[in-house]
Amino acid sequence: MQLITCPWCGPREELEFHYGGQADVRYPDNPQELTDEQWGHFVFFRDNPKGPFAERWVHSAGCRRWFIAIRDTRTHQFLSVHRIGEDQPQIPEATR
Amino acid sequence: MSSTTATAADPPGADLPEHPDFLWHNPEPKRSYDVVIIGGGGHGLATAHYLVRNHGITNVAVLEKGWLAGGNMARNTTLIRSNYLWDASAAIYEHALKLWEGLEDDLGYPILFSQRGVLNLAHTEQDVRDSVRRVEANKLNGIDAEYLGPDDVAKICPILNVSDDIRYPVLGATYQPRAGIAKHDYVAWGFARRADAGGVDLIQDCEVLDFVTEGSVEDGAAEGTARVTGIRTTRGDIACGQVALCAAGHTSTLLDRLGVRTPLQSHPLQALVSELLEPVHPTIVMSNAVHVYVSQAHKGELVMGAGVDSYNGYGQRGAFHIIERQMAAAVELFPIFARAHLLRSWAGIVDVTPDASPIVGRTPYANVLVNSGWGTGGFKVTPGLGWCLAHTIATGELHPLIEPFALDRFVTGALVDEHGAAGVAH
Repeated sequence: MQLITCPWCGPREELEFHYGGQADVRYPDNPQELTDEQWGHFVFFRDNPKGPFAERWVHSAGCRRWFIAIRDTRTHQFLSVHRIGEDQPQIPEATR
Repeated sequence: MSSTTATAADPPGADLPEHPDFLWHNPEPKRSYDVVIIGGGGHGLATAHYLVRNHGITNVAVLEKGWLAGGNMARNTTLIRSNYLWDASAAIYEHALKLWEGLEDDLGYPILFSQRGVLNLAHTEQDVRDSVRRVEANKLNGIDAEYLGPDDVAKICPILNVSDDIRYPVLGATYQPRAGIAKHDYVAWGFARRADAGGVDLIQDCEVLDFVTEGSVEDGAAEGTARVTGIRTTRGDIACGQVALCAAGHTSTLLDRLGVRTPLQSHPLQALVSELLEPVHPTIVMSNAVHVYVSQAHKGELVMGAGVDSYNGYGQRGAFHIIERQMAAAVELFPIFARAHLLRSWAGIVDVTPDASPIVGRTPYANVLVNSGWGTGGFKVTPGLGWCLAHTIATGELHPLIEPFALDRFVTGALVDEHGAAGVAH
C-alpha cells in the first residue's frame, strides 16, 4: 500500500482510490465520420507504456473527485498529480 | 491421480523428483534463424518444442531477456482446467488439457501433473445460474463438468466452510474432475530440454531492443507487405525468417517498437504461498465472488491467488490491500487456514485485453505472429498454444483453434468475451 496525494485532500492511503486508466482519452469530435477501425481504437485501444504514464484516479473514499497522475509503471511511483484542466507537470523525457 | 495422503515416513514432497544434472546448452546466438521466438517462458518453449516435434523445424532461436521461464512461468499458480463457457475458449483449453494428460511421456520428464479437480464456487443466485449454464456448455463441448450442491462440495473438499452463516455462503459449485496442477518449473524445463535436444538455441540474457524492418507499417506500408528482417538484441543483431512474440506482459512494449497498437494492458497479478503444511487440501477451490483461489502444492505450501491489481504496472509486485482482501476471503472459506503463516508473495505481469480473451495470430507485419493477452490464464494453455502456434509457423495457415482470437475482432465487433465465462473475475 502506498500514499497517493489527492490534489484536493492531500496524501491518503491507496485503498481510498480507484483507477481510471489512461488520461485524456477524448470523445471524437466527429463521431459520425469515424471508420470502424477508428471507433475500435477509440473504445478499446489504450497506451501501455513501461515508464511514466498519465492516468486518471478518483479519490472515491474521500472527495470523490477525479484527477490526473503521472505514475511510473515500472516502480508504481507517483511522479506528480494534478487537477483535470491544469497543465501537466513536465516529466523529463530521459525517464521514459 | 495425485497422492494426497502421506505418512511420517513419506512426508509431503518426498516423491518430488531430483533436479536433473543437465538441463540445456547455453549457446551463442547465430546471426540468422528461420524462426525467432521472443520470450523464453512456457509459451515460447512449448512453441519451440512442437516446431521440432511436429514439424521438424529446428533452425529456431528462443530469445529470453532474463533467464528461461523466470517471468510469469515462475510466478504462476499452476492451475490447469478447461471449463470455459465460450466454445472457442473451451476448444483450445481442452486441446491443451488433453496434451497435459500425455505431456510427461511426450517430454520424457516429470511434470507432476496431478488431476485433483477444480471447484468453482457459486455464492449468489446469479452465480448459481451462471455456473449451471457453464456446466451445460462444457458438456456440449465434451468437457467433464458437473454442478454440485453444498453437501457434495463438502464431500470433495471437507475443509471448505459450507455453513450458511458466513457472509457469502457456498450455494454450490461447478466441478471439473480432470482439472489439476503441474509443477511449473518442471514443465518449462521439460519443454526446454526437449527443444534444446532437438537443436533449438535457447538464448538467455538476450533482450530485444528493436526490430529491423522492410517496409514499415508506421510509414504507411500496405498490410502484408511489411516484414521484420532482423532483431536488434543486447547480444547483437539476429536475422529472422519468421518471428513469434511470446513475451506475455511485455508484448505491447515490443509491438510499440513496430508501431502496432493493441488493446493490451499490463497489470501485476499477485500470488502467495503459505509455509509447508501436511496435506489438507485435496482439490483446487476457486471463488469469483470473494475472489481467492487455493490449491496445495506437492511440497505442501498452500498456493493462493487473487485478481489483478487495478492499475497498469511492470513492477512485479502489487498492493498490500489486495493480499489483505484475498486472505480475508481465504480464511472465511477455510477456517483451518487461520493460523497458517505466509512465506512469500510476488506478482507476475499479465497482459489483459478488454474481453479477457487472448490475442493470437497475424500482425500487420507479414512474418510476425503475436501471442498475447492470456491475462491470468496463460499457464494452463501452454502445450495447446505451443501446438497451435508451431502449426501456424510451420504451415503458414492459422491453426483453427487460434483463429477466433485475432486482433481484428476489436474492430469487426466479433468479441470473444470470456470475462463472465473464464471462472475468474478479472
